[in-house]
Amino acid sequence: MSLHEPLPHDSAARHASGEALYIDDLPEPRDLLHAAIGLSARPHARLAAVDLAAVAAARGVVCVVTAADIPGVNDVGSAAHGDPLLAAAEVEYAGQAIFAVAAETVRDARRAARRAQVTYHDLPALLTVDDALAARSFVLPSKTLVQGEPGAAIARAPHRLSGRLDLGGQDHFYLEGQIAMALPQEGGELKIYSSTQHPTEVSHMVSRVLALPCHRIGVEVRRMGGAFGGKESQASQIACIAALLAHHTRRPVKLRLDRDDDMVLTGKRHGFRIDYEVGFDDTGRILGVDFLLAGHCGFSPHLSGPVNDRAMFHADNGYFLENARIVSHRCKTHTVSNTAFRGFGGPQGMMAIEQVIDEISRHLGRDPYAVRRVNFYGKAPRNRTPYGMEVRANPLPALTARLARTSAYARRRREIAAFNRENPWIKRGIALTPVKFGISFTLTQMNQAGALVHVYTDGTIHLAHGGTEMGQGLLVKVAQVVANEFALPLERVRITATSTEQVPNTSATAASSGSDLNGAAARAAAITLKARMARVAAAEFGVPAGEVRFANGAVRAGNHTIGFDELARLCHRHRVSLSATGFYRTPGLAYDPAAMRGEPFFYFAYGAAVAEVEIDVLSGEYRILRADLLHDCGRSLNPAIDRGQIEGGFVQGAGWLTTEELWWDAQGSLRTHAPSTYKIPACSDLPRDFRVAFWAGRSHAPALHRAKAVGEPPLMLAMSVFFAIRDAIAATAHHRARPRLDAPATPERVLLAIAALAAGGGAAAAGVVAA
Amino acid sequence: MSLSVSLTVNGVSRTIVLDDPRVTLLDLLRERFDLTGTKKGCDRGQCGACTVLLGGRRINSCLALAASCDGAEVLTIEGLAQGGALHPVQAAFIAHDGFQCGFCTPGQIMSAVGLLGEGQAGDDPERVREGMSGNLCRCGAYVGITEAVLEAGRVLAGREKGTAP
Repeated sequence: MSLHEPLPHDSAARHASGEALYIDDLPEPRDLLHAAIGLSARPHARLAAVDLAAVAAARGVVCVVTAADIPGVNDVGSAAHGDPLLAAAEVEYAGQAIFAVAAETVRDARRAARRAQVTYHDLPALLTVDDALAARSFVLPSKTLVQGEPGAAIARAPHRLSGRLDLGGQDHFYLEGQIAMALPQEGGELKIYSSTQHPTEVSHMVSRVLALPCHRIGVEVRRMGGAFGGKESQASQIACIAALLAHHTRRPVKLRLDRDDDMVLTGKRHGFRIDYEVGFDDTGRILGVDFLLAGHCGFSPHLSGPVNDRAMFHADNGYFLENARIVSHRCKTHTVSNTAFRGFGGPQGMMAIEQVIDEISRHLGRDPYAVRRVNFYGKAPRNRTPYGMEVRANPLPALTARLARTSAYARRRREIAAFNRENPWIKRGIALTPVKFGISFTLTQMNQAGALVHVYTDGTIHLAHGGTEMGQGLLVKVAQVVANEFALPLERVRITATSTEQVPNTSATAASSGSDLNGAAARAAAITLKARMARVAAAEFGVPAGEVRFANGAVRAGNHTIGFDELARLCHRHRVSLSATGFYRTPGLAYDPAAMRGEPFFYFAYGAAVAEVEIDVLSGEYRILRADLLHDCGRSLNPAIDRGQIEGGFVQGAGWLTTEELWWDAQGSLRTHAPSTYKIPACSDLPRDFRVAFWAGRSHAPALHRAKAVGEPPLMLAMSVFFAIRDAIAATAHHRARPRLDAPATPERVLLAIAALAAGGGAAAAGVVAA
Repeated sequence: MSLSVSLTVNGVSRTIVLDDPRVTLLDLLRERFDLTGTKKGCDRGQCGACTVLLGGRRINSCLALAASCDGAEVLTIEGLAQGGALHPVQAAFIAHDGFQCGFCTPGQIMSAVGLLGEGQAGDDPERVREGMSGNLCRCGAYVGITEAVLEAGRVLAGREKGTAP
């Protein structure tokens, strides 16, 4: 019925009418206080004195709290400890929270927060990955993954190259900033509305900070105004500060960060420095590769362990690396602690190998797509990832071949070459890049989900599960699954807010896993209920339970047909429970995290993109002329929703690699902390010609209804934009030029790369190893 | 210092006393009139989430002082539908999935209504994209947004000619 249909988002009408409520839109309790945070002005300093007298005396102020006012543990680190809620003795980044204030109005709170007198004793600060590497400053131990004999393979190879790629981070820039509202309840309980991808973690952190048991904390979120990973763990700090102030004042407290504070205080996508050495043959086949992935983690471990692991797991992208060494350093700097962001390290790892492929192609003078083809995963033994997982039924050769055909890649490459010969000031470039992305949390225990389904006696259904809605359409997808199971129209299923009081002990809605996990859990609950209802129908009509069928809003038992609502009432009369929980755990994961070997992923999602760009040689500005995306969603649960994820992921990925520049000054302060200076893609940045298609190959996805996760993978389709820009830059010199281009490829960087090529530089100058 | 401001919001005349002349139109709408459909994204006129129509022209309500709106006619997302019938722009945003998380959507829709009223974009997707570029959508739903604006433009043009519903 509704399954696999392109249905609109469940909140579509409410979004268009302005009725959809976000936390800042909820009616405010009459005694609500508003909070603001006092931020560190220094990147690394001992707090010699924190004088808050003027803050406390400021107009409207009711309460000021510091680390000393925390009744429980002063730590909101999720995967690892090390993230103080409020800095106690030392600050480790400019923008770190030192104190919080609650006042009668937002303005009062923010004005008061600026009146603190903080005396800093500055300590040496490491601000960049280079600083951290030089000082061997790491938040976690380094890791190494080895397959084959990379050193020997590189040494023996007919061709060798080495080089470096710097990748910038990315701010989430969710349009709805971080926000939470904490409401004290009777009996010392707390109700918290939090814009979070992980309500369970918010409750755990509030429990830890306030030393309250979990059963006295209820956390709820109906929807977020975007999250993208930024509200996976970081929402906890916001909720905990609101809860701490509520705890001390016994009044409800709302904390909504303003945009600048949000961008300064919260972590971002990890920047990376990638060093590579590769040996290859005349066709471009990689014989051995050596990567150093240095992730910019910031001051604490936070989620950097799994983020950097995922970077390592994706340094192969779609290519067989027979001999590979992947070294990962988790660099500690005195900057904000970086966090989850759509792709979770995967995109950075994939950029490493795509850069290498592009370098090989340019060195050999071969088409990069041809070099990609000779390196794709194939049949055994060329199907084993560096972490020992087999890549089965790899669709990339066929998928990219189809995309090359439908996008007229070869013809357009010839036309671009002709165009570039005739146009000195405008250059065009094109690139085809693939995506292979591992689906599952690499922390195996997170691959579980719960759901709660009630059937009411009028035949309507209440659905709750642990997944959160951030615009990705998860709630409508799960509702489709449940409606399909009961053979009911979608409108019979009521979608509810996500709450720790309905479904406990949930995982974050992250890692693209939301619909796989929660859909399966909700389906399990529905199947339980159907079985009970079928037994009642079977007894009533004297047929075996196995012959009861749910179809078209009704239930057939032998020759009898009754409405679903009628059967619900019949169950109630017979005192049969119409409420059930469902549970799901991803099967088949067998991964040894200590050795980094095994099957950390349930399956892979695939896609590919061709982008064509045009750059202005004099200004460095560019435009995406055309983009063709071909993405594998398996049997999509909702093609309209998935199309949005593909298009939006591409746009967001293009932003990361082109215009979104995080710029810290020499004092460690982020200077691009508002949309005036931090440029995310606008409507006018869309490719002029934008074509999106679904890969129609047979789905081998083992997940629910043979659909594939789609939240993160399409972001990496935007690698095509970066390499198309690189291609266009190379065209300013000669076809084998290897520009030195880092990401984001801002117009400034494009100009510098062009200038370096003109001066005879570029990556080539530093990177050719005599073979 | 307090001052009194009279303005029409979604067809309703309202008079309000401001105790702070620095109150923005956005805060007036959200905090005093409980019209929370208009969103605060950046509070500095860069993201467009707070777009409303002032005298038929689109503005960033976070940059407009409420005190400067005396006598003005303001239209917000809540006032767009007429008698339960969605405005063609609202209907087109739903039909073309012109959103994901929805937070920027009221601003996008008001901006689109303003853009179509300006009569500059026509049926040229490039000009629509340019005309909508002051409204950021972090989810990147720009394909749907562009299609929605184009379709709403066709519907509105048809209405003017009397050839369409």
